[in-house]
Amino acid sequence: MSGQLLQLLGIFSLLSILSIGGGTAVLPEMREMTVVQEKWLTDAEFRDVYSIGQIAPGPNMLMVIVLGYKVSGFAGAAVAFAGFFLPCCLIAWGTCRVWNHFEGSPWRLAVQRGLAPLVVGLMAAGMVAIARTAIVGFETTVLAVIVFAALYFGKKVNPALLILGGGVCGWIFMR
Amino acid sequence: MKVEAPGVPQSANPRITLWEIFLTFFVIGATSFGGGVVAYLRNSLVTKKAWLDEDGFMAALEISQALPGLNATNMSVIVGDKLHGPLGAALAFLGMTLPGGIMVLVLGVAYASNQNNAEVNAILKGVGAASVGLLLAVTLQIGHKQLEKIGDLTIVAATLLLVSFLHVSLVVVLLTVAPIAIWLYRPRPASKGAQPS
Repeated sequence: MSGQLLQLLGIFSLLSILSIGGGTAVLPEMREMTVVQEKWLTDAEFRDVYSIGQIAPGPNMLMVIVLGYKVSGFAGAAVAFAGFFLPCCLIAWGTCRVWNHFEGSPWRLAVQRGLAPLVVGLMAAGMVAIARTAIVGFETTVLAVIVFAALYFGKKVNPALLILGGGVCGWIFMR
Repeated sequence: MKVEAPGVPQSANPRITLWEIFLTFFVIGATSFGGGVVAYLRNSLVTKKAWLDEDGFMAALEISQALPGLNATNMSVIVGDKLHGPLGAALAFLGMTLPGGIMVLVLGVAYASNQNNAEVNAILKGVGAASVGLLLAVTLQIGHKQLEKIGDLTIVAATLLLVSFLHVSLVVVLLTVAPIAIWLYRPRPASKGAQPS
């Protein structure tokens, strides 16, 4: 395995283990490591890669495949995928088998309640990280506000349609 | 370390085949657009297939949320393991990630060769901006309970400040904020309840 693939594997495995609160929670750290430290891609490219993850079905964080591909081609895509998903899946698999032993333990509740606000904070930080790359002027600000308002105040709007609508708006207004 | 503790996973429900597990998660993975995979999971696993009851689903979701990893993939591993042991877990995971993974790879390859195309850039710019609105809405919807209590709100704000504005590494944030937050909710004598300040 080349040095760069090993580096990809290291970075994404670390992010995998740190991804308490899901994928959004590690976006700031992912940007920091891949854009700022390694300079594998620019902020605009990071936004593009994230957007591609939004367009595809399934977990958004499959975007790591595109990131890996950008860095090291198909081998990079495979390494980023395995690095990002295998460690946390193994942890989940191991833990779900012992978790039930703690049923009724007051500490289990403490962990859940304590982690809840931490996770919300990390999600907010993930949103800020994407906003810093994706909000680049008047049009993008307006679009983000409209989508937010439609989802937050609207009733049962399908987010996928708004994401696609965002792409259409971009195509019309941001060329 | 107990490898096969008696009665822990009620694995191997003989009527549910590995193929059925793979296919079910593949369909969820292929149709869950725009995030919010949990809703799709509930609809399929609890409502349509009845592989889990509501309590079982919530229990699996609780574990998924407390652990590293995405809810979608953690749920697939936990439910797959419950239904058919390690092989079930592996196939559920692959079903969940294959459709999106293949599509993302195809789009990624197309993107890499059209990166300087103004139209591609404009579309992704629009999608990126829309995603920010989506992330903000999801964060507020999930976090509205946490934003109402002063103790929780402090933890939310401190986390955001540390990560986004002071650029403290995530390892450090997790190792400092998580123990403090859990300690605030530590089990106490019943008379006091488990509310921080």
